[in-house]
Amino acid sequence: MPPEGSVGVVSPKLAHFDEPIELKSGARLDSYDLAYETYGALNAARSNAVLVCHALNASHHVAGVYADDPENVGWWDNLIGPGKPVDTNRFFVIGVNNLGGCHGSTGPSSINPATGRPWGADFPVVTVDDWVQAQARLATRLGIERFAAVMGGSLGAMQALQWAISQPERVRHSIVIAAAPKLSAQNIAFNEVARQAITTDPDFHGGNYYSYGVVPRRGLRIARMIGHITYLSDDTMAEKFGRELREDTLKFNFDVEFQIESYLRHQADKFAERFDANTYLRITKALDYFDPAAACGGDLSATLKPAKAGFLLVSFTSDWRFSPARSREIIKALVDNRLGVSYAEIDAPHGHDAFLMDDPRYHNLIQTYFGNIVLQGPGT
Amino acid sequence: MSASAAPGTRSGRSDFAAIAKWIKPNAQVLDLGCGDGSLLRHLKQARGVTGYGIEIDDARVLACVRNGVNVLQNDLESGLSGFESNSFDYVILSQTLQAVRHTERILKDMLRVGREGIVTFPNFGYWRHRLQILAGRMPVSKELPYEWYDTPNIHLFTIRDFQVYCRTHGVRILERLVMAGAKPVSVLPNLLGALAVFRFDAGSRA
Repeated sequence: MPPEGSVGVVSPKLAHFDEPIELKSGARLDSYDLAYETYGALNAARSNAVLVCHALNASHHVAGVYADDPENVGWWDNLIGPGKPVDTNRFFVIGVNNLGGCHGSTGPSSINPATGRPWGADFPVVTVDDWVQAQARLATRLGIERFAAVMGGSLGAMQALQWAISQPERVRHSIVIAAAPKLSAQNIAFNEVARQAITTDPDFHGGNYYSYGVVPRRGLRIARMIGHITYLSDDTMAEKFGRELREDTLKFNFDVEFQIESYLRHQADKFAERFDANTYLRITKALDYFDPAAACGGDLSATLKPAKAGFLLVSFTSDWRFSPARSREIIKALVDNRLGVSYAEIDAPHGHDAFLMDDPRYHNLIQTYFGNIVLQGPGT
Repeated sequence: MSASAAPGTRSGRSDFAAIAKWIKPNAQVLDLGCGDGSLLRHLKQARGVTGYGIEIDDARVLACVRNGVNVLQNDLESGLSGFESNSFDYVILSQTLQAVRHTERILKDMLRVGREGIVTFPNFGYWRHRLQILAGRMPVSKELPYEWYDTPNIHLFTIRDFQVYCRTHGVRILERLVMAGAKPVSVLPNLLGALAVFRFDAGSRA
């Protein structure tokens, strides 16, 4: 029996698209697959669908567990399920693995039909716009004209924001958590270190490592360590690890000594097992390129003019990656357009990763906001 | 101290009706220290306003969301820099002014962002308050329901104080309503009035 509040055992589905997709880079994919999961049931009016967009390290496995892998709990399982803040008794929730991903959707590790070999380096660089375009096609395929809400944290929040801009008729509410309207130089710098770690790994082979039977594991591990440090706050690290040693005495060598080193190495090992380096490179690029205001000469208010959704924004005080000030940039643009928006700044210690935690102030807010979403006909 | 810790009374809200009467239909309103959002909700229903509330307290932010009111969690003391000049018809500060640290700055900012400002505040000059002072105690009343040691109010003032402030700071008073309980007060307002509501603009500077 799954625990109370869980959507229980779920299974991923695959949607195949033969209609070519033109990407922002100018490249195009003639056909592609999107892996997705759904929880709850679409109502007769098709008005209760919620799209959950994933961030850097995640996938379409948002909630529940797999029958053959009961330990693999969806990444936002604490938020989504029967009776949970996003209540699957009421909403039909969709998680989708983005284009370029490595969890079932077409990506660099997929077979390129033109060559019969993995795409590798030839897989195009994808953007948030491209993801939204692909997600919109999946929505159409599933018979969803308009989402009750599109939501995400971090890079997922950027997709929720982009949806409101480029598909204004198709999203009633946009839930934008721990977001930024574009990356700062510091954000890009961290991404570049991660990319350098991967591309300079001798096992990278210019991105075509698949045919060599290796993966750039060292690079991927370092990339993950860098990323992980930016997701946590100094305080959380101090509280969780401090300067605690694994053994009582200093060893005066370069083995694992501090607990934080052990933790980072463990995280890095886990990640390198399950994530594709080419996907990681592309997702960090999608982050770097995200800048919807650029279409209007840097004017975010002008960019948001077409938006019609109601917005909920949440930031976390200890998030130094996408600080509350970054959310306030978005709020200003929303208020300039007199769009409906509520914003909460949660005083949580966990840093950027707070959006994945179950802080009651945060979850109560999401629950209350979703509770107010009226589900009538598709036009409401 | 947070500027919007629901100082004074938010219950009963005899000032709501007055504010609603003054506000033009479909106006754009910013409510500073909006509490649980009930004023904005009232104005939305009665006047069809488009509004945003600013509130610092977690529980009240949640209450606003429950009330279906736009709320932005922020500390008033950090100013209104996130809002364009002259971008709202009215900026309201309801029973919060006496709890704000930077009084002058917030009043100035109200008239930068809004074409008009509306404040309501408990009148420290109310006769019941004066009697308690005469008796040697800090006043505690329906309008000032705090003991001296637990009050969020740091700038208590009278109706006359506010009028002098407006005269010396180039603020033009457009309308005034003084109340005791639910009843308007017209005679000796600074003595008989418990609650004051002012509507004002920047006068000739506007």
